[in-house]
Amino acid sequence: MAGISPENKDGSERALDQRLDDMNKRLGRDIHAKPEPEPSKTKNEGFGNAFKLSSEFISAILVGTAIGYGIDWLVGTTPFAMIGFLLLGFVAGVMNVLRASGEMAGSYELSSSKPDSNLGKDD
Amino acid sequence: MANDPISQFNIKEFIPLEIGATNISFTNSSLFMVATVVLTSGFFIWATSSRGMVPSRAQSFAETVYEFVAGMLRDAAGADGMRFFPLVFSLFLFILVANMLGMFPYFFTVTSHIIVTVMLALLVFFTVIIYGFYKNGLGFLKVFVPSGVPVFVLPLVVLIEIISFFSRPISHSVRLFANMLAGHITLKVFAGFIVSMGSVGAVGVVGAVLPFIMTVGITALEFLVSFLQAYVFTLLTCMYLNDALHAGDH
Repeated sequence: MAGISPENKDGSERALDQRLDDMNKRLGRDIHAKPEPEPSKTKNEGFGNAFKLSSEFISAILVGTAIGYGIDWLVGTTPFAMIGFLLLGFVAGVMNVLRASGEMAGSYELSSSKPDSNLGKDD
Repeated sequence: MANDPISQFNIKEFIPLEIGATNISFTNSSLFMVATVVLTSGFFIWATSSRGMVPSRAQSFAETVYEFVAGMLRDAAGADGMRFFPLVFSLFLFILVANMLGMFPYFFTVTSHIIVTVMLALLVFFTVIIYGFYKNGLGFLKVFVPSGVPVFVLPLVVLIEIISFFSRPISHSVRLFANMLAGHITLKVFAGFIVSMGSVGAVGVVGAVLPFIMTVGITALEFLVSFLQAYVFTLLTCMYLNDALHAGDH
């Protein structure tokens, strides 16, 4: 709309821009102003993040341990596979947490999919 | 009703039924699941029955909900993700309405039981696996192989990715369940403070105003959490479905 390329405008267009700006000002809205910062929702954010990240972390450890236990049960190498897969589970848990918090490529960043979805940050 | 904060989650059998050794009684949980489904489908059938070009208030609301979920699915899984729209829409509305029904005093919260949320998460998980293999064939296994990883650490990375993949239904379901459980326990504990302080005497009655304010605040917070958890569950569902649809692309 107005103000995209101010250089190559002739006078009448500039006057129109001026009038539009004036009208916007009179209506009480300033289209050139920066959008107001979102009200912070720190109250709930910590609680929600704690749930989100801890569930991501713990579930990977549980699954790793379960897979290791299953392999031990099948092959009879108790407890070495379980120990190994427990450690792998830790690694996967850290990866899950990094993904969930958007620090890593291929992240499931909850806030990026929709403009009004910053609600999802503090689940 | 009992005073401890856990008894609100007790399952009560209304109509005892057994087939073989399996208990399939109609419980308070079943009652609220039925109520959720009847309420949701009843409202949407009623709201969309007139099919006006100029929507009525109810139809407009139904269309807003439709657009909200459809937009979420389209953004996360692309246009061909819309084939899963019935599943995603049903999941969102079931969880949302069940959470909101649970906010009524004396009502039972279906989603505060892990068995319910696990079954919902496993439904999504198996949909992803089955549709992923059906659509991509063995190419679906590329989900486990991130691109740009050196060959000599690839086996380790694939193992880690597999563990990460199988941990999805757990974190998917535990998040919804734990939030609803913890929220309702907190609410009950703070509400219990009002009663126990009020019974102390005049000073207690004055002091009970503080937990009362807290309870009002937490109730508002719980409504927010109820919506957010339904939203997050649905959003994660969309992202997992995206893996099934576009397994070979990344």
